[in-house]
Amino acid sequence: MASWSEAQDHRRAGVWTGILVLAILVAGVGSFVIAKYKWWLQPLASVQGRVIDQYFNWILLVTAIAFIATHLFLAAALMRYGARGGERASYWHEHLGAELTWTIVPGVAFIALGILGVFTWSKLYSAPPPNAQVVEVTGRQFFWYVRYPGADGRFARTDPKFVSQSNPLGLDPGDPAVKTNLVVLNELHMVNNRPIEVRVRSVDVIHSFFLPNFRVKQDAVPGRTIPIWFTPDKEGTYQIACAQLCGTGHYTMRGNVTVESQAAFDQWLQQQAAH
Amino acid sequence: MATATAPATPHEAHAAHPPESFIRHYIFSLDHKMIGKQYYFVTLFMALVGGGLAMLVRAHLAAPERGLLDPGTYLAAATMHGTVMIFFFLTTILTGFFGNFLIPLMIGAGDMAFPFLNMLSFWTFVPSVLILLASFFVPGGPAGNGWTSYAPLSALPQASPGSGLGQTLWLVAILILMTSSLFGGLNFLTTIINMRARGLSMGRLPLTIWGIFFTAILALLSFPVLMAALVMLLLDRTAGTSFFVPAGVLIGGNVVPHSGGEALLWQHLFWFFGHPEVYILILGPMGIVSDIISTFSRKPIFGYTAMVLSMAAIGFLSFLVWGHHMFVSGMNPILGATFTISTMIIAIPSAIKTFNWLTTLWQGRIQFSTALLYAVAFVSLFVTGGLSGIFLAASPVDLYFHDTYFVVAHFHFVMASAALFAIFAGTYYWFPKIFGRMMNETLGKIHFVLTFIGIYGTFFPMHFLGTHGMSRRLYTPSTYPFLASVQPLDVFISASAFMLGAAQLIFVYNFFNSALRGPKAEPNPWHANTLEWTAESPPPHGNWPEPPVVYRWPYDYGVPGAADDYLPQTVPGSPALAGHAGRAGDGHGAGDGHAGGGS
Repeated sequence: MASWSEAQDHRRAGVWTGILVLAILVAGVGSFVIAKYKWWLQPLASVQGRVIDQYFNWILLVTAIAFIATHLFLAAALMRYGARGGERASYWHEHLGAELTWTIVPGVAFIALGILGVFTWSKLYSAPPPNAQVVEVTGRQFFWYVRYPGADGRFARTDPKFVSQSNPLGLDPGDPAVKTNLVVLNELHMVNNRPIEVRVRSVDVIHSFFLPNFRVKQDAVPGRTIPIWFTPDKEGTYQIACAQLCGTGHYTMRGNVTVESQAAFDQWLQQQAAH
Repeated sequence: MATATAPATPHEAHAAHPPESFIRHYIFSLDHKMIGKQYYFVTLFMALVGGGLAMLVRAHLAAPERGLLDPGTYLAAATMHGTVMIFFFLTTILTGFFGNFLIPLMIGAGDMAFPFLNMLSFWTFVPSVLILLASFFVPGGPAGNGWTSYAPLSALPQASPGSGLGQTLWLVAILILMTSSLFGGLNFLTTIINMRARGLSMGRLPLTIWGIFFTAILALLSFPVLMAALVMLLLDRTAGTSFFVPAGVLIGGNVVPHSGGEALLWQHLFWFFGHPEVYILILGPMGIVSDIISTFSRKPIFGYTAMVLSMAAIGFLSFLVWGHHMFVSGMNPILGATFTISTMIIAIPSAIKTFNWLTTLWQGRIQFSTALLYAVAFVSLFVTGGLSGIFLAASPVDLYFHDTYFVVAHFHFVMASAALFAIFAGTYYWFPKIFGRMMNETLGKIHFVLTFIGIYGTFFPMHFLGTHGMSRRLYTPSTYPFLASVQPLDVFISASAFMLGAAQLIFVYNFFNSALRGPKAEPNPWHANTLEWTAESPPPHGNWPEPPVVYRWPYDYGVPGAADDYLPQTVPGSPALAGHAGRAGDGHGAGDGHAGGGS
């Protein structure tokens, strides 16, 4: 095929391809700038979330540098080195210094990010503070049941054999704690600035308890009760989403979170108990 | 074609063949090239099925309130899109087509080590395709639990409309497909290890073959784990066992008769396969792209040894990182730290490969063929997808991003798009060898530009759906008030996806039109060095009249002092002294440390 003979001038194609790569770079960076105003992380409402967001920003910085640098390098190579006539390429294919550079520089950057991640992770997963409020959240196709223990702080035992229309979690009627337990549908209330321990469980399939504003996500796995804790620090109402496909009604599985003062919380709890 | 028109073939093993019947030649063929082509046509068809499902999903998401699909159909379409694309297109075309077609040709062998097993692998693949397609027509429809089929949702037929007979057929189809892949993998390893041409040491293998070699090893080590998991899930569904279902699970208010299982066990088994699977989809493409970039830069691949070692490192590490899919699953948080570090370490060999591709282009004399454009775009997609992977590898950040569209963006860049681009690059590059005809380069370039822009337009904005907290697999995102503002993004993504989908019709037209009517190809139209270009286009049954002898590594482009800017592997002698006319080789080729011992 004649077009592949040495007389072919590929410079122009190289310039156009380089422009295409630069356009991707500009569109990529530009859309991130726009997204920062329109579609960025959900407004933050927890102490732990701040640590996560800081770490996120570090990663964003490192990856943005790598994204821009590699695309600039790529565009430059395409624009400069299109074939022309019978010219030969430079003949070289090993350079220990270069190879060590791009092993060590990204290596140090990524391992540093990894170590930073381990430290961040260990701040998130530790024993909850003793003053933490405790609630239990149970996923069931396609609802979130939130159980508050009452003054004695005890959760009644549950058993699937007691499940009925009026007792969706199967609380054991023989357990004295059952009298003070309060089960609420799709409503999680918590006290501002007080740590909360959420015991996440499921009675059927795997759901995922996702509080985007608190940077909290925990799968609800049948057969397990998984405790997590965090500290809300901004009053307001937020959403609970289900982040794990749990059946056709998955998309409807949502709840509300309310962060409020201790007084407002106590009042709300009393109202609920009166129902 | 082949044997019928080339009766003079003196290749002993094949010269004795009687003329083949139609069935022997086109259907139950033992020839690796025909088997490769059979795989290409079937997987191309599956790509159209998977792509069509994607269009359906995107059409729905452009205006979810109109309810183009109902929730069950939506989940089934998304599930089957993922299943078809990952298992029945990407995995299968990379091994079934590229593996089968290229291995014997690139290592100088007449055929695979076990031609009958090779035919069997294709004819085991076909029923798996038919079973999967049949699931679209069973009561309840196809599986709808995501391509990961998490238990216990997938284990309990009554748990969801998408967990019915379709889910059982899904399991059977994948199980048969895995069996077929194992036949192929065994054949590939045996062939690469034992049947290389004289002089072709492992240190002189083209990187495409190295990529397929590591792919086959990964498949042999990870597929059996998935097969075990599939059998266990099948038994849970049909035989009353309880591997994945714990006691006391309630479905529709009734307790299911299972007890003693562990739901997370499915995830561990699935991702122990699933993470290597990502590299099964990317190691072959890495090799293909390396060869194409070197060929069209007219320059040796930079850091050959580092390229091979980094592939080996990626392959090894891929078995140590499955837990990064499970940071929020409820496994012990201590493991979160372990998997964060092991995943970050995989970024190092990936970075090495990226820089080596870029350096190969640097100071090259780049020829802008469609194949090169796709290979270069692969590098861009791999960088973009790899970098978004850093966010997901970081366990604390994954708390927010897990199962959001950020993940969808990430894996569509790094394994779906990158693998797809390598498949296009490879198709445009080897097309003359496959069909003996050239593809239309102008149509190819139009196809490339639309596909490249379409890919970025479709998947890049998904990062922002993710940063905004939008979960995957949501039938109507606006169910959540905080997601109401993403609708314009979804419309943009769908528009890009339709353009991307439409551009593929150009490819399909170009492919079939060129295969039938394209201009005849020379044996070596790109002036490439690897062995397949020394055979006829297309090669006859047996590939060469005489087995080729190899004298050098495959990347001798632009050698100073040589008569041409390329020196095929069969050219003897030291390139710096003689070029084509050099003295008969001593089997130690380029004199640059790439010789290695003979095989």
